[in-house]
Amino acid sequence: MPQPLKDARHLVRMAGLFLVAGVGFLVLRSALIPAGFGELGHYRSGALDDNARVEPRFAGRGACAECHDLAPEELAGGAHAAIGCEACHGPLAGHAADPDTEVPPALDTRSLCATCHAAEPAKPGWFPQVVAAEHAGDDACDECHVPHQPGV
Amino acid sequence: MSVDRRELIRTGGKLLVLTTVAARAVEHVMAGTVDAIQRELEAEHWWAMAIDIDKCIGCGGCVRACKTENDVPLEPFYFRTWVERYRVPAVDEEHPHVDSPNGGYDGFPAASQADSEAKSFFVPKLCNHCAHSPCVQVCPVGATFESPDGVVLVDKTYCLGCRYCVQACPYGCRFIDPRTHTVDKCTLCYHRISRGLTTACCEVCPTGARALGDLKDPDDPIHEFLRTNMVHVLKPQMATGAKVYYADLDGSVR
Ligand code: HEC
Ligand code: HEC
Ligand code: HEC
Ligand code: HEC
Repeated sequence: MPQPLKDARHLVRMAGLFLVAGVGFLVLRSALIPAGFGELGHYRSGALDDNARVEPRFAGRGACAECHDLAPEELAGGAHAAIGCEACHGPLAGHAADPDTEVPPALDTRSLCATCHAAEPAKPGWFPQVVAAEHAGDDACDECHVPHQPGV
Repeated sequence: MSVDRRELIRTGGKLLVLTTVAARAVEHVMAGTVDAIQRELEAEHWWAMAIDIDKCIGCGGCVRACKTENDVPLEPFYFRTWVERYRVPAVDEEHPHVDSPNGGYDGFPAASQADSEAKSFFVPKLCNHCAHSPCVQVCPVGATFESPDGVVLVDKTYCLGCRYCVQACPYGCRFIDPRTHTVDKCTLCYHRISRGLTTACCEVCPTGARALGDLKDPDDPIHEFLRTNMVHVLKPQMATGAKVYYADLDGSVR
């Protein structure tokens, strides 16, 4: 019986070594590379969900109107109408989900109003600005302005 | 040398099996190089942000909201978004005075009188969610990537904390979270935008100076913004494909 590979046995052994190395590489590779890697690109596709799973802390503009009908109407037409509720009231996703256990903190208008309205040359000229001490003395801003309808 | 039929079939068969296995192996190894462009074409959104310099009042609401929403450490002062105040001497565009006390977290103390002659304005900054991000290109393990809808994200379970990306970002938008020792950056509030909400910074911006935009949505106001304004991206010479578009940006801004 002819043996075609008789003189090439060293080549076969060599090929065998390569095969073992190749398989070893693949086994190691699948052990080290996490599931989903390469599905969408050069990354683990599950990382998209990891990033998306975080719970929001700001409920968003739509959420408040569900329970507070009056406030949005109060705001409508006023200079503050375009401002999101949570820009002034702070993050309230917890409150919107369960209003009984998480009550929004009371706001101190003197510091709140100043975060936006304190005079500063870098602010654009169209934006209404005041130097609180000259404008209001020691008074709280809501003694003269209604926060939801600030025009006087 | 003569080869009989049986031997031929046997060797041929082995070769056939081997090549099939090899082909599968190559396929498996190359799996990380799928056609990302195709994924991007198929994705539903292509997120970007529009920033109008003339509307920013430097209230720092975005900085505070971002820290709260994304649990960014309050101190040391690392930021996913921050606000810079520029004061540009009229005769020296190349040397603006830039400050950003606590990133604008507490707003800005009124400028001193000496500076009041200078042209001044605020520049909100955040990750530019580049379409060809240098930070993604340098990551040795694929722990940071461009999502199919155009957001540059980090896989925190996979990040080594090697800091290459921190150095590669031309905009300084990355930092190492001191709690996890992995990299952290703006996710464009991926958890919010994939729920149909806007980002925390845009949510609280009182003047609409910053607005999330979906370039794939033909009805999104961002198209109007891009059409009607003189628009600029930061460091266009870096060709990063930045997707944070600034209207009325001064040439002194870096
Ligand atoms: C599920 C219904 C619900 C939603 C949604 C909701 N609230 Fe409320 N909110 C309430 C109730 C009920 C109270 C009264 C709680 C109390 O006084 O004990 C309240 C109280 C408040 C108060 C305090 C009023 C006071 O007298 O001190 C503020 C401010 C407020 N909500 C703002 C918001 C904002 C801003 C949002 C949107 C993010 C919001 N709420 C969403 C039900 C809701
Ligand atoms: C410009 C900042 C600002 C914005 C924007 C704003 N509020 Fe208020 N809101 C206030 C202040 C200040 C008070 C007074 C609260 C206090 O004294 O603690 C208040 C009071 C309230 C109260 C208590 C009851 C009342 O009417 O006095 C509710 C409820 C309320 N806001 C809901 C809302 C909702 C809902 C929105 C969004 C549609 C909103 N607010 C937007 C600043 C704001
Ligand atoms: C989050 C930022 C922010 C806060 C906080 C804020 N405002 Fe305003 N305020 C604005 C914006 C934006 C406008 C609209 C300016 C415009 O469009 O001309 C405005 C307008 C005004 C105006 C001009 C009204 C008019 O009709 O021209 C007054 C007065 C005012 N605010 C008072 C207040 C007072 C008082 C408070 C505190 C209760 C307050 N603001 C809190 C952002 C803010
Ligand atoms: C004693 C009453 C009073 C108090 C207190 C008060 N304001 Fe006013 N404010 C007014 C009146 C009246 C006007 C309209 C006339 C004017 O423009 O001066 C006004 C106008 C404004 C304007 C618009 C200015 C412009 O250029 O259009 C802003 C902004 C403002 N107030 C912010 C505040 C802030 C912030 C506080 C709290 C630090 C405050 N006000 C406290 C009476 C008051």
